[in-house]
Amino acid sequence: MIQVNGDPLAWTPGLTVRGVIKAKNYLFPLLIVDIDGVRVDPPDYDATPVPDGASVQVIHLLSGG
Amino acid sequence: MTANAAGPAITPCAVDYSRRTEYHEGLDAIKAAHRLLREVRYTPSLPMKGYNDRTLHVDLTTLEFREEPVTRQMKDLFVGGRGFGLWRLWNAVTPATRWNDPENEIIISPGPVAGITQYPGSGKSLVVTLSPQTDIPIDSNVGGYFGPLLKFSGFDALELAGRAATDVILFIDGQKGILRIEEAPLEPADSHILAELLTRMYAEDEADRSNISVVCSGAAADHSLIGMLNFSWWDKRRGCIRLKQAGRGGIGTVFRDKRIRALVCRGPVVKADLNHPVDFETLARTGIKLHKEIHTLDDSQCKMRRNGTAHIVEIMDAYDLLPTHNFQYGSHPDTHKIASPVWEARCSQMTADGCWYGCSMGCAKGADGLVLRTGPYKGHMVTVDGPEYENAAGLGSNAGVFDPDWLLELNFYCDTYGICTITYGTLAAFVMECFQRGILDRERTGGLELAWGNAEADLELMHQIARGEGFGRIAGQGVKKMKEIFIRNGWGDPGLIQDIGMEIKGLEYSQYLSKESLAQQGGYALTNKGPQHDEAWVIFMDMVNKQLPTFEAKAEALYYFPLFRTWFGLMGFCKLPWNDIAPADNSKTDEPAKIPEHVQNYLDLFTATTGIQIDRETMLMQSARVYNFQRVFNLRMGKGLREHDQPPYRSVGPVTPEEYLSRQERYDKQMLEEIGIDPEGRPLDEKIAITRKYRMDRYGKLCDAVYARRGWTPGGVPTMARLAELGLDVLPEVVAIVQQHGG
Repeated sequence: MIQVNGDPLAWTPGLTVRGVIKAKNYLFPLLIVDIDGVRVDPPDYDATPVPDGASVQVIHLLSGG
Repeated sequence: MTANAAGPAITPCAVDYSRRTEYHEGLDAIKAAHRLLREVRYTPSLPMKGYNDRTLHVDLTTLEFREEPVTRQMKDLFVGGRGFGLWRLWNAVTPATRWNDPENEIIISPGPVAGITQYPGSGKSLVVTLSPQTDIPIDSNVGGYFGPLLKFSGFDALELAGRAATDVILFIDGQKGILRIEEAPLEPADSHILAELLTRMYAEDEADRSNISVVCSGAAADHSLIGMLNFSWWDKRRGCIRLKQAGRGGIGTVFRDKRIRALVCRGPVVKADLNHPVDFETLARTGIKLHKEIHTLDDSQCKMRRNGTAHIVEIMDAYDLLPTHNFQYGSHPDTHKIASPVWEARCSQMTADGCWYGCSMGCAKGADGLVLRTGPYKGHMVTVDGPEYENAAGLGSNAGVFDPDWLLELNFYCDTYGICTITYGTLAAFVMECFQRGILDRERTGGLELAWGNAEADLELMHQIARGEGFGRIAGQGVKKMKEIFIRNGWGDPGLIQDIGMEIKGLEYSQYLSKESLAQQGGYALTNKGPQHDEAWVIFMDMVNKQLPTFEAKAEALYYFPLFRTWFGLMGFCKLPWNDIAPADNSKTDEPAKIPEHVQNYLDLFTATTGIQIDRETMLMQSARVYNFQRVFNLRMGKGLREHDQPPYRSVGPVTPEEYLSRQERYDKQMLEEIGIDPEGRPLDEKIAITRKYRMDRYGKLCDAVYARRGWTPGGVPTMARLAELGLDVLPEVVAIVQQHGG
């Protein structure tokens, strides 16, 4: 199990940052991702694994017209 | 498929963007019917360091023109744009003035930086007046060329006072130095024709059309309280005018009450340095930096150049935030039918489709070749601007309309009739829910079957508003007055009608679902003018990111963002290039949500234009002066207290059993974990009541925290200490009003 923005999400082996974003259906394009306080840049989303028990923060920047 | 220099290949819109119904016939006869009422000469000027140091006052009753000085104090306290508008309005009216009194003014003011062509989104104007919907000042920002051309004709603001005896056109010729008021008896009312005719009428040749901008409303402004203003610009590639809207609060209704048919400004040919900035190099360098960002990153970020703000339609749906069926729900299975890929294909994709020079974000997407199916222009082929997100959500999902062509037709008629799309979307959704719940029926609507998704009935309601007929006369009063009428007529449960009518202070909500974000409930309700998202859009921070866990954290966001957003309206900036594009390394900054590099850009642009050095604190102070002044202005007009900041319950929590059941898991979890009551086995009505009490109590605590952070009393009144901190204590009447209210 991991925590994403404070909510639980089931962990599976091989889970990446991209997998978290997909699982949460985070469609918004302007995201900032931290895993246990360490920032992950967008080019690394596909290759960065998310360990079991991690605390993931996915910050959505502001929007609204 | 075609390649586009701005990005990858896309499927182009199949419509010929040069084809549309033409409206040139009769131009000579219309012009010949004009009668000159007053003409004066003046000396045109260009701004120095962003200011002309004068405004133009026009009294439509006496047909007199007057130049007013822009003083040092006016610049120091109010800066420009919305600040100038509020200050001029303050001096024009009394606490007894109402929207249709001649002394009420409409003030149009770009800001000191408005009109630069180096940085995207720098052509905005702010329009201020006493609103017929709220009886307090309304401010509305708008693109199009009028504001910058007014400034380059020699005026930092235009003040329109009095009421003409007949329909008139005010013409400002900034090339020849002529101010003219003409009686205009034969002009058509609706904007898509009127702006086109007047652009051709007042331009001296084809090339001169780019120097013309028209401000006008439409037929609906004569018969409703929700009239808006269109600001035009000439689209050279399409060979037609385009329109942007100062929509909120019924400014178009005031405009027509003054018997103004149109304002026409003919400015000089726009060049890069007309503001005479102190540091042109910094403007150019800062602009190039953002142009590169947009060129490189927009296609992988928000695709603003392809879709404009409509890019968030499917995003709002995915996050359960898309207002659906009058803000009952946050998503709908048919949203894909009005999502951004639809608009990307439907709008003609051109580079730099912007509403002011130099905007490489160019989000003013034109949908060409729409053949209308209803109304006075049935069969005409037109170009529609939009839909922006607000239009797609308000005219679409909120009314259950998921057909893009019907949505475009609703958008078109809103624009040409002079109706605010946001306001109409929310009022039509309210009417449709009243129809669903039996508060309205076919007898009460005069035969209109206003069921969810019935676009033809929706359009007929709009046509009735424009004609001033039938149920349209009632709907055109807006949600607040409709609620009063329905309750007075005994047409339904008064409590339910109040709960589902989405307005505060008399202004309709814009198109976001705030129900699950306490901070956004405040972002709407704790505004000066009413629930518009241009003060604080904090739903993601609060609901999705969970960055605002405490009342104090929410209050801090509702302190910072309204002030930051106010600053755009002082300057003449569009908000979109601030955060609908982000630098590649934005994620490495301490506060990525604020886009620190772009904030620094804005500070640099202001200093480079005016020569006045400011930092982030000074920036907030500039805004805070105007923001608090506007709050005191509301007090002066009999509002501006805590009791006026109370939202309809629909924006706070579930009103009906269906709403509760649609998110039962969320509400039951909150009851168990936060309220400490086990929902198991409790009747639905009881659970709704428990949730309501808890949420309204929390809203009250939010008010306490926000007022404290803003330096206001628990009653919502700015304190004397806050006035002194902002330097507003030099204004005796401001001090007197605050003292009178215990501030």
